[in-house]
Amino acid sequence: MAYSSSRPLSPHLSIYKMHPGMIMSGLHRITGVALTVGLVLMSWWLIAAAMGPDAFARVQWLLGTVIGKLALLGWTFSLFYHFGTGLRHLAFDVGLFLGKDSSVRAGWMVVVFAIAATGLTWAAGCAVLYVK
Amino acid sequence: MDKQGTSLVTELARARGLGASHTGTEHWWVQRMTSLALLPLSLWFVFSIVSMAGANYVTVKAWLTSPCNAALLIALVLVTFHHAVSGMEVIFEDYIHCKCAKLTTIVVVKFAGALGAITCTVAVLKLALGG
Repeated sequence: MAYSSSRPLSPHLSIYKMHPGMIMSGLHRITGVALTVGLVLMSWWLIAAAMGPDAFARVQWLLGTVIGKLALLGWTFSLFYHFGTGLRHLAFDVGLFLGKDSSVRAGWMVVVFAIAATGLTWAAGCAVLYVK
Repeated sequence: MDKQGTSLVTELARARGLGASHTGTEHWWVQRMTSLALLPLSLWFVFSIVSMAGANYVTVKAWLTSPCNAALLIALVLVTFHHAVSGMEVIFEDYIHCKCAKLTTIVVVKFAGALGAITCTVAVLKLALGG
């Protein structure tokens, strides 16, 4: 929006006392952006698979490097976190967890879920690799 | 209700209920609907990828060419791109203050998202239809 700097702005981040909900909401956006970047990677993976074994081998090699694995780990966590906070927002929309304490409790449930689901996913991946 | 003559909102505008954005709650609603669709689709995708950990090209290709997987994958691609672009749109609306840069960024991201969604769909179809 076009605005002139001399006009008053509504109170912003610096004026409010930090609250878990603010961090949760910010992280929801940040993980959303991370997932959008991950979407580019997923597209590359799909397109490479369609192009043939050589192109697919290149993207698989990149995902297998330390940086690739770290990106995948970050992507897994971002997905489960965004999934959880998204679910929390859907719950808000139907009027659940709107209390002062219950909204924060739902937030912590999401954090625990995201960490646990990420760990479980990677443990399952390692188990699949081990069985093979 | 305002007394007649004191409100700047016309009766027609109030009746249509579209507010200052002129689009009402549509953007918000589509974001919620796509998120709802992504709950099962994203879990299915993660589960599939995990079950294929360390698999070779032949195995992955066989998974991609199964009609059921291809259909779900196209659904995942289309809904994910739509959800991602509409989410990014809100972020640009919030943080880019120069109107021209804001509009340019949103248009570029929308076009890139559409192109990405179409390209991924073509890739899945090529595999599924045995190209």
